[in-house]
Amino acid sequence: MNLTLMVVVIITAMALVGIALGIARIISPRTFNRQKGEAYECGIPTRGGSWMQFKAGYYLFAILFLMFDVEAVFLFPWAVTVQDMGVDGLVNVLFFLVILILGLAYAWKKGALEWK
Amino acid sequence: MFDFKVVTEWIDEGLRNLLPASLVNITECVLIGICLLVAYALFALALIYAERKVCAAFQCRLGPNRVGPWGTIQVVCDMIKMLIKEIIEIKHVDRYLFNLAPYIVIISSLLAFSCIPFAKGLEILDFNVGIFFLIAVSSIGIVGILLAGWASNNKYSLIGAMRSGAQMISYELSIGLSMLTMVVLAGSMQLSTIVESQADGWFIFKGHIPAFIAFVVYLIAGTAETNRGPFDLPEAESELTAGYHTEYSGMHFGFFYVAEFVNMFIVAAVATTIFWGGWMPLHIPGWDSFNAIMDYIPSLIWFLGKSAVMVFIIMWFKWTFPRLRIDQLLRLEWKYLLPINLCNLLLMVVVVAFNLHF
Repeated sequence: MNLTLMVVVIITAMALVGIALGIARIISPRTFNRQKGEAYECGIPTRGGSWMQFKAGYYLFAILFLMFDVEAVFLFPWAVTVQDMGVDGLVNVLFFLVILILGLAYAWKKGALEWK
Repeated sequence: MFDFKVVTEWIDEGLRNLLPASLVNITECVLIGICLLVAYALFALALIYAERKVCAAFQCRLGPNRVGPWGTIQVVCDMIKMLIKEIIEIKHVDRYLFNLAPYIVIISSLLAFSCIPFAKGLEILDFNVGIFFLIAVSSIGIVGILLAGWASNNKYSLIGAMRSGAQMISYELSIGLSMLTMVVLAGSMQLSTIVESQADGWFIFKGHIPAFIAFVVYLIAGTAETNRGPFDLPEAESELTAGYHTEYSGMHFGFFYVAEFVNMFIVAAVATTIFWGGWMPLHIPGWDSFNAIMDYIPSLIWFLGKSAVMVFIIMWFKWTFPRLRIDQLLRLEWKYLLPINLCNLLLMVVVVAFNLHF
């Protein structure tokens, strides 16, 4: 039932965007002007495209994010059963957490968390 | 407490008597879709109106007050205006991705919206991995924003999208971990079960210190996640015109705008659900007559009231703090919130394992 509803929600969302854009395209005015199609920048013609190599700093944070997000994925099943597992489960997961915290400390010490 | 299942079952029974069995399911799906759309649009309108009024109050202005009583129709007028504005075709964009981006943003925000338990028996998606699902779908929105910025072929858009991506993935960790902290306390990921288990006390009171720390971290990260308030540097007007939606016009832009406002409500509603008891009324153990009176207030009112307070706090942030720089923003997340969150998670586990919670 939930999966059916999920599909219903996705279709609803696509219908919302599709229908509203369709209506807008029908009733909105349309005038042709060559300047309108230019990129919105300072007013003078744009130099070069923007599909280019970009600052590597963002990439570093994406890698770090990946590490901790996968950690969160692994921790969720444990979080649900922590009340049944008690202290035993805590000790076991503690190793996992400590390794990750060490990873964060390593990245910190290496200066990966500085914005340069 | 009024159970909304009565209403839905009554509609279901009526439809089954009226239509052949094969049509009933389809009709119900269509009805759910229509209700969802109406609710989504109404929430967006109400939030835009609230934002304007609250912003006006903070700046000692009146805000919209001409169209309709207290200016309430103003937002509807603005929506119509947005609908009849021209959608400008830009020459150098990647047309396919450019048009795809609003769909992804809206799908992610509508999926997250439909997870929220509004009142007893009034929820659409109720997975047993609810919180996990919520985090998963809300992070799809980042893809939409990155696509919008990349496809626009505009330097402002690209910088805005990259900043937005870095900011949202960073703060997503904090959101995930603070929710994880509350899952440890709740022992379940299903949102309806989480709300039910707060009948004898909201989690923020039950989990005392770790729950409160998790709430503060969640609120900061949630504000950053919606690109609002002091964290609005992806669309910092003074430096980037409009960030990732610079090239979008008319209704195309409208979707980003609406999704941003509804995402703010989703953050507030999830905070309400996992920290402040969802639609549960305020109960104080031992005060029986007080509890009985609180039970008379409908659950929907409780939920909307609590979320309204959360939304107000998020708006308050926006008008109180100056905008952060990107390095300050990332430092705040990686050097303060993340370590605090990890320690807080351990604290919560200790509290739960040794039964120190109420």
